[in-house]
This record gives sequence, structure tokens and C-alpha cells, in this order.
Amino acid sequence: MPSPFLNRRTLLVTGSAALATGATGLITPAMAQELAPTATMRGGANNYRPGAPIVERIGGGGFWMSGTVRRAGDGTPLKGQRIQIWAHTTEGHERDWHSHGATLTDANGEFRLEMPQIVPAFGQPHGHLAYDSEDYETVFLRPVMSSASNTSLEAHFVLKPA
Amino acid sequence: MPHLRVMLIWAATALVLATPLIAAALSPLLEWRQPVYIVAGFAGVVGMALLLIQPLLILGLLPGLNPLQERRIHRWTGAALVLSVILHVAGLWLTSPPDVIDALLFTSPTPFTPWGVIAMWALFATAILAFARRRLRLRWRTWRIAHTALALVIVTGSVVHAVLITGTMETLSKITLCTLAIALTLRVTFDPSTLKRLRRAR
Repeated sequence: MPSPFLNRRTLLVTGSAALATGATGLITPAMAQELAPTATMRGGANNYRPGAPIVERIGGGGFWMSGTVRRAGDGTPLKGQRIQIWAHTTEGHERDWHSHGATLTDANGEFRLEMPQIVPAFGQPHGHLAYDSEDYETVFLRPVMSSASNTSLEAHFVLKPA
Repeated sequence: MPHLRVMLIWAATALVLATPLIAAALSPLLEWRQPVYIVAGFAGVVGMALLLIQPLLILGLLPGLNPLQERRIHRWTGAALVLSVILHVAGLWLTSPPDVIDALLFTSPTPFTPWGVIAMWALFATAILAFARRRLRLRWRTWRIAHTALALVIVTGSVVHAVLITGTMETLSKITLCTLAIALTLRVTFDPSTLKRLRRAR
């Protein structure tokens, strides 16, 4: 009498299922060990003003820039990292000093800074973010909003030790 | 041509050319832009409108003008086009130098930028060719093929550039202007009598 757990049918079903997932690469082993660092985006550093002060919020607020900072390789959230943010907003051009500000990540490696509404400039509604401190390699990001009427934008950093 | 028809053609042309400018002047984005940036943007919109005038003149579609007048206005419109592009780029440079440097070096993050830069160089090449035409003793056929090829690059590049931009231009008036500019430029390019002349002048 065939075993109820291992007969020809279960062997065929589990065997082909394992092939379908494993051999085709639909399931990959956890990638956290090899988390690749974020590359600087084209135009990310445009109108950068190094050393923007850490602020409660930029200008009058109403728009949220948020994201995470993790370490390349193991993906550990990085606490207390300084992220600089600037954009063309309802209160000023990218080059204006008052359009710039910085914030620090919390214990979960998350940051969140309120700023004025970003408006389209140079053809796209977009923001700029920089990680430019000593411990990790410098990264400049330039995320684009999917719609100019959005009131928030996210950007995520994976940093490589310097 | 009957008086009414002449008036209607001019009115329709004025409407198609003026609407994008008026719509752009009403754009909410202007409130958050400094004067230099506003002028730079407008120079671009004016340039797009001038693009439509060129084939209208060459096809003789604007009533009341003789061929000599049409060609003279075509030259002046071409010069105005060069000026509008220079103002556009210079104004953007003053607004944000690194973005314009990226554009000119073809390293801009925005997909519409290279189209505009290619159209700009094709426009400058056309202007130089038009000035040097006599000195180079260009044959009519050579000139016509070169000018038409460059015009196609200018119009295509400018239209893609404008359509992909989220800017001060209002969508419907922008699409109308761009569609007409492409259609009339193709009409000039593949004009049967000109093609026949080109074949004969070999």
C-alpha cells in the first residue's frame, strides 16, 4: 500500500512545483545580504548648497518629503544620518537658500521633513536629496513626482561605507 | 479670393498662434517663477508658434502675400526663431546653470532635453547655411534638400521637446500647435511639385 504522503502523484506535483519555482528563478534566496548601494541620479546634485542647516521644516510647509537610509550589504537602518533636501517650491527657486534644509533619520533609519509644495520646474515636478557626510559615500537623488498635484514624495538611500 | 475667406484664414491662423501664448500667460506656474525664468519659458512658446508660420509661408497658405513677400517674411521669422531659442537657453541658464550645462552636454535627467538641444543645433546650422548659401554657391537642389532635412529635425525635435514637458503651456493648445506644425512641415517636405523639380534638377 502506497504511503499517503509519498506516492507517485505527490512526487510529481511537488517535484514539478519545486522545479517551476526553483529552476525558473521565481523564488530567489533573501537578498538582504547583498543590498546594493544607491547610485547618484543624473542631475541630482544640481543647485546643491552644502551644509544646509537642520530645520524643523522648510518654509511654511504643506508638503512631505520622506524616506529611509540603510547600510549597503546587510540593509541595517542607519540612525542619525543627515539628509539635505531642496526643490523648486511655491516659496522659491532651487538656488534660493531658503529652499534648502536638512533633517536626521530616526532609530528606524527613517526621515520625514515638511517643506513647501513642490511645483514643476525645468519640465518636471521633482525634488533633490543629498547624503553628504563623512561615514558613507556621497549620494545625490532626484526623485520625480508622478503628478504635480501630489503633496508628498519619497526617496530611499542605501549607503556604502566610505 | 473672396473677402470673407481671407478674413477667416487669417483669423484661424491668429487663433492657433495666439491661444498657446495667452494660455501660457495664464499658467498657475508663473506665480512661483522669477521674471528671468518666465521670459525664458515664453521665448520657448514663441519659438513653437514661429515654427508653424514657416511652412504656412512656404506653402503660400496665408492670403494676400506674393511669393517675394512670403520668402522675405520666412527669413525674418527664421531670424526671430534663432533669437527666441537664444533667449530661451540664456534665460534658463540664468535660472539654473547646472541644468542647462547638463542639457548642452546631453547628461540631463529629463527625456525631453536632448530633443530640444538637437533641434537648437539644427536651427543654428540652418541659419548658418542660409547666410552662407550664396558664398558657397549652393545649387538650388542641394540647398533645398539640406534645408528641408534640417527643418524636419528642428520641427520634430521641438515638438517632442514641448510635448514631454510639464510646463506653462496648456495641453490642448500645445497639441494643436504641434500637430499643425508637423503636418505642414511634412506637406512642404513631400510637396509633389517640389519633388518633381528636385528630380529634374539632378
